[in-house]
Amino acid sequence: MFRALPCLAILLLLSGCSDQWGWYVVDPTTKNGLVNLNFLLTGLYYTVLLSVTAISISVVVGLLVALPGLSSNRPMRVFSRTYVEIVRAVPILVLILWVYYGLPQLSGLTITVFWAGVIALALSDSAFEAEIFRAGIQSIAKGQYEAAHSISLSYSDTMRFVILPQAIRRILPALGNQLVYMLKMSSLVSVIGMQELTRKANELVVSEYRPLEIYTILVIEYLVLILIVSAGVRWLERRMNADERN
Amino acid sequence: MGEPTEAIIRFEGVDKYFGNFQVLKKVSMQVALGERVVICGPSGSGKSTLIRCINGLEQHEGGTLSVEGVKLGEGRASLDRARSSVGMVFQQFNLFPHLTVIENLMLGPVRARKLPGEEARDLAQRYLARVRIPEQADKYPRQLSGGQQQRVAIARSLCMEPRIMLFDEPTSALDPEMINEVLDVMAELAESGMTMICVTHEMGFARRVADKMVFMDHGEIVEEADPETFFNTPKSQRCQDFLQKILQH
Repeated sequence: MFRALPCLAILLLLSGCSDQWGWYVVDPTTKNGLVNLNFLLTGLYYTVLLSVTAISISVVVGLLVALPGLSSNRPMRVFSRTYVEIVRAVPILVLILWVYYGLPQLSGLTITVFWAGVIALALSDSAFEAEIFRAGIQSIAKGQYEAAHSISLSYSDTMRFVILPQAIRRILPALGNQLVYMLKMSSLVSVIGMQELTRKANELVVSEYRPLEIYTILVIEYLVLILIVSAGVRWLERRMNADERN
Repeated sequence: MGEPTEAIIRFEGVDKYFGNFQVLKKVSMQVALGERVVICGPSGSGKSTLIRCINGLEQHEGGTLSVEGVKLGEGRASLDRARSSVGMVFQQFNLFPHLTVIENLMLGPVRARKLPGEEARDLAQRYLARVRIPEQADKYPRQLSGGQQQRVAIARSLCMEPRIMLFDEPTSALDPEMINEVLDVMAELAESGMTMICVTHEMGFARRVADKMVFMDHGEIVEEADPETFFNTPKSQRCQDFLQKILQH
């Protein structure tokens, strides 16, 4: 199986030498190719903006959902649990369609494609963020709360200065995963017409009829984006651990 | 010390349960201002639970418990008042690992007592000097030995300027060669007139500083006496057995 994969890759590349491939469509040395390439790359802006906005919101919402889930108050725990179970059960694509086409009817507000995408992605992701935060916060020893209690810290100060800084260090890899996941899921927002990477590729395919080359570029675009994010998260991890260990 | 008169902590018939298990059974005890009390007893006898009730880490269920005249268990305000005047040192130190020593010490004064940063820093430095590790201010807890960490924990509590200090087996997690440096700091604190309640098995320390010895077993106070009487002529059989075991080793 693992030997077959490289063979397959080589076969694909070799076929590039034959007339199966038509890289001219994105060849930057030609005028048309350069225009096409630029067209594809302009999708980057919305993919990044959408993902970053959505994850920022979902981290905050996730924390606000996770905290009541850890309280000793039963109704608060039930609220948190219910939120997570319901939101987690809805497929992202379905949520995107529901927010874009359904929510305006329900609320009477008009929602732009961008904000529909942000709301759907952030909502969906917040349930997962809540679970990550819950696990991270639960992993902090009880003694830390007791020490904070003994020096009269309020609940919010205990969270802000004692528990969360330690929890966030521990969940950083998981948060990084979610960011990568969000970047990928942002491609689904193309179905409601968001001009991000996938939508741009789809539109170019329709006019140029070269799906193989264009989607290959699309794959590479996501790959590069995600490798950059992974490197960034690892750098952050190292830096945060450094000031604990030096 | 003059004759202690005013009871700063008062337990009256205090009960406490963990599920169906009764940890404290009608405990009554008084601690006077400036008094140094050492509590000992076998593990599971309720001694930790008893002192954890004093700063609200555990809630007592029956009877009344008052700290500086304020009854606990009657809303948030009484709890906040009690814990602001009570400091606590834990068996496992419970320092904040992501903060430096000085940050550990300054957090409470800045956030809870609302002291300005510079004032809090001076205060922290002063208490670090008092526990004899002024040079470790910028290190992280994990860079210190167990004995040093526990002294930082004591300094952290003192920075809140409490009127009562609780010690919950402060030397049980330490290597033998580090026990004395912690006990010395505690003894000094005792000499300064601090009201102290220590759960400990360090009987040498108890003889040296205690005004009152308390022996607990199965959630009850079995014996309560001055150290002289306690060590030389313990009344109950249970206490005699316990002392024999602990003093032998």
